Amino acid sequence: MANLKCNVGGIQAPNPFWLASAPPTDKIYNVERAFEAGWGGVVWKTLGMDPPIVNVSSRYGAVHYNGQRLMGLNNLELITDRPLEVNLKEIKQVKKNWQDRAVVVSLMVPCEEKDWKYIMRKIEDTGCDGVELNFGCPHGMSERGMGAAVGQVPEYIEMVTHWVKDCSDLPCIVKLTPNVTDIRKAANAAKNGGGDAVSLINTINSIVSVDLDQMAPEPTIDGKGSHGGYCGPAVKPIALHMVTEIAKDPDTNNLPISAIGGISNWRDATEFMAMGASGVQVCTAAMHFGFKIVDDMIDGLNTWMDDKGYENIDDFRGMAIPNVTDYQYLNLNYDVKARIDESTCISCGLCHISCEDGSHQAIRVIKENGVKSFEVIDDNCVGCNLCMLACPVPNCITMERVDSAKEYQNWTTHPNNPMRIIEN
Amino acid sequence: MVTNIDVRSGRLSKEDITKNFADVHPPLSPGNALVESNRCYFCHDAPCVEACPTAIDIPNFIRKISTGNLKGSAKDILTQNIMGGMCARVCPTESLCEGACVRHTGENQPVRIGELQRYATDWFLETGETFFERGKSTNKRVAVIGGGPAGLSCAHKLAIFGHEVVVFESREKLSGLNEYGIAAYKTVDNFAQREVEFILNIGGIEIRNNKSLGKDFQLKNLQDEFDAVFLSIGLGNVNSLGLKGASMNGVYDAVEKISELRQSKNLADLPIGRRIVVIGGGSTAIDIAVQTKKLGAEDVTLAYRRGPKQMKATWKEIEFAQNNGVRIKYWVSPKSLHSENGHVSGIEFDCTELDSDGKTFFTGDVRFMEADVVYKAIGQLLEDDFDSEFENIKIEKGKIAVNSKLETSIPLVWAGGDCINSGEDLTVQAVEDGKQAAIAINEKLTNIK
Ligand SMILES: Cc1cc2nc3c(=O)[nH]c(=O)nc-3n(C[C@H](O)[C@H](O)[C@H](O)COP(=O)(O)OP(=O)(O)OC[C@H]3O[C@@H](n4cnc5c(N)ncnc54)[C@H](O)[C@@H]3O)c2cc1C
Ligand SMILES: Cc1cc2nc3c(=O)[nH]c(=O)nc-3n(C[C@H](O)[C@H](O)[C@H](O)COP(=O)(O)O)c2cc1C
Ligand code: SF4
Repeated sequence: MANLKCNVGGIQAPNPFWLASAPPTDKIYNVERAFEAGWGGVVWKTLGMDPPIVNVSSRYGAVHYNGQRLMGLNNLELITDRPLEVNLKEIKQVKKNWQDRAVVVSLMVPCEEKDWKYIMRKIEDTGCDGVELNFGCPHGMSERGMGAAVGQVPEYIEMVTHWVKDCSDLPCIVKLTPNVTDIRKAANAAKNGGGDAVSLINTINSIVSVDLDQMAPEPTIDGKGSHGGYCGPAVKPIALHMVTEIAKDPDTNNLPISAIGGISNWRDATEFMAMGASGVQVCTAAMHFGFKIVDDMIDGLNTWMDDKGYENIDDFRGMAIPNVTDYQYLNLNYDVKARIDESTCISCGLCHISCEDGSHQAIRVIKENGVKSFEVIDDNCVGCNLCMLACPVPNCITMERVDSAKEYQNWTTHPNNPMRIIEN
Repeated sequence: MVTNIDVRSGRLSKEDITKNFADVHPPLSPGNALVESNRCYFCHDAPCVEACPTAIDIPNFIRKISTGNLKGSAKDILTQNIMGGMCARVCPTESLCEGACVRHTGENQPVRIGELQRYATDWFLETGETFFERGKSTNKRVAVIGGGPAGLSCAHKLAIFGHEVVVFESREKLSGLNEYGIAAYKTVDNFAQREVEFILNIGGIEIRNNKSLGKDFQLKNLQDEFDAVFLSIGLGNVNSLGLKGASMNGVYDAVEKISELRQSKNLADLPIGRRIVVIGGGSTAIDIAVQTKKLGAEDVTLAYRRGPKQMKATWKEIEFAQNNGVRIKYWVSPKSLHSENGHVSGIEFDCTELDSDGKTFFTGDVRFMEADVVYKAIGQLLEDDFDSEFENIKIEKGKIAVNSKLETSIPLVWAGGDCINSGEDLTVQAVEDGKQAAIAINEKLTNIK
């Protein structure tokens, strides 16, 4: 059995699977059931100043993809709509009952130092393990100068983080919005402000669908809609990229990361940790299937680590980062060609037509006595993978490396590059 | 004298027989397993779990297949049901988990739970690993009588608790009807024995083969050597047809013949009648009918004394039999056997109907069917005449009586499987009984100091 303990910017937990700040973490009733199910930590639903905000009814929209529900979820929900004192009391109780789990409190108050000082004093009293500064919420709060409105301006991130760190010793995670052009700037600001870790991503600005009868975006609230925050499996690639950017940037590569975005199972989580995350947070998957999914996460990660011989998360954490490089350093002489396994081919023709119409006309159809077979024209195949990706039969099309004799060459020295480095 | 009777071996070529007795449900491919596992909705408080006698956490094991966590998946299955591999092959899922699946209710297309269960357990058994460790020795000894599903399940769980187990088994091989009863095409490639090996791997289970309770030893002899006894002897007797000549040549007990078939080295050598009549309406009747058809019988008729609604075989079994060319004749009750030179040649039936109270009555019509072989598959009975000690054990509705903890009327003697009235006579129920009895035995033994 591997050791799944994690440490995110000084916050310890028995495993790296935490629930992200959202409805699953908005009250003691949920959080205690989540802990019973095995979650290693929670980030409490974002607290703000009283009086509490007011939420709309009809809050979520979704993208269902080809029969699978909730590939993407969009929400118009704000921060907690319960009074501050109620939340604080419950947080204190939870921490008392669950000392080994991470209890982190998410915060969002107006961009005033006195407000942050005020709330931090209250938070310290709960005995929680740390705070998460919600600079990410893309809707509702940014219009009031909070959430993404702070998160999109690196100077503000740095300033607020400073305020918090100046008045408290609690570990401080800065939650970033993906609705920026360069996530590294935001991460660097968090670091300069004294933040102990960053978490990302919060939700992405989105309109998921339009009701063509009401002629309004969905979810529709009395005939109108608004942009919401997008999350769920669909956003994982975006989150993974942003995490990688921060993990690999020399300015921020030592900054602990709590990865969020589309994580639904142990494998997703492990990929983020391979890209440097110290732990992960989950929202949509828990909202869709319930707290029990953590069983597979713990069990799957454990098994995988045992199989690979990793004893601790740090044994493999960040191991994929050195293999993320810039395009110009990729080996241009590496060459692969499609190979079709005739014994498993079902003759659907998708490899042919995807290559024919969408790539390089490298798969020929041969029809003999009414039987179709498919043949790769090596001279035309550029090794793009499209046919393999389109083929519905697993492992029927594979890519074979064919450049055995050629030496490594990248763009920096390539003859076609007018600015190539010329060695002499 | 010319006779019409036609019973012989070699009706089909070896190749045809091999084809006919191939796996009825070939294993899912990885691609199929992925698609199928993603069809599961991961229901909360799922009806399939409730419908499984061993309460396997079905949504969880299926989710783990979808995430590529096959080991975790197999663990979820096998910790609840140590014969998860066999059950995946033989459970009538249409009346258990799959019958309860919300996608069955909603769209008549349940998730193929059985096949997914097989996918995960086959993968795991192939690794040669185990999740189970023998518990620290308690120095308590338990005798398990009968090494079928109930007995092996009980023995395995007792070993986990750290008790020493001795299994007394009257036959040559372990695993009871898994080895000697289940239809051959449901459990190919010697799976029953491979599973036995997997189960016994835990250690701490001694096997005494060819030892019959009542013949080789008595219940009372066990009390000195053992702290507790678990009876899992199945049903050793069969109902009698109650007709004159029922022991003539050509009239056979289906269970016995299936056992011969299962143990046969070369199926083509088995003598098979040209025209077969099977009497009965349960899964044993279906199994003997289909297997004789697959061995080359020309006409196989399953004769049942009531209608499809009353038949014990599931709709899927009936459909399966019909797809395999078995004719099902409802509303006929055996009246008399006809013979030629001491060998059965046909059977006469009374036609039946239901009266308004739901009772069967004879209409007065009779039917005659020619038959070279008649198989009776009209139910099994407890063998209760093998041990004088059994006079003391309470019997209820023809089976050993037990309380809610599966303890019999004799102190420190438990029972489970087909020999008690726990649920349906199914492998999965026997496994559950064995597991529950082990839990009860452990509770009792740890309280006795
Ligand atoms: C033909 C047939 C087909 C079936 N098909 C299916 C199916 O497809 N799916 C399904 O779920 N169920 C099926 N069943 C039912 C299933 O096989 C039984 O419910 C299950 O095997 C019961 O397990 P058990 O351990 O109680 O009894 P058994 O499997 O009968 O095992 C009892 C064991 O005890 C031994 N024994 C008996 N007497 C003594 C004694 N005096 N001393 C020592 N040992 C003794 C026997 O040799 C045997 O090994 C079928 C049954 C039959 C007859
Ligand atoms: C309904 C809903 C409410 C949310 N509320 C908050 C919040 O109050 N504070 C916060 O920091 N993030 C909030 N989030 C964002 C999540 O914490 C998380 O960053 C995001 O959903 C991405 O993770 P996922 O793909 O696992 O859902 C909310 C998300 C959803 C769906
Ligand atoms: S999920 Fe619960 S709160 Fe939301 S609409 Fe359904 S019943 Fe209402």
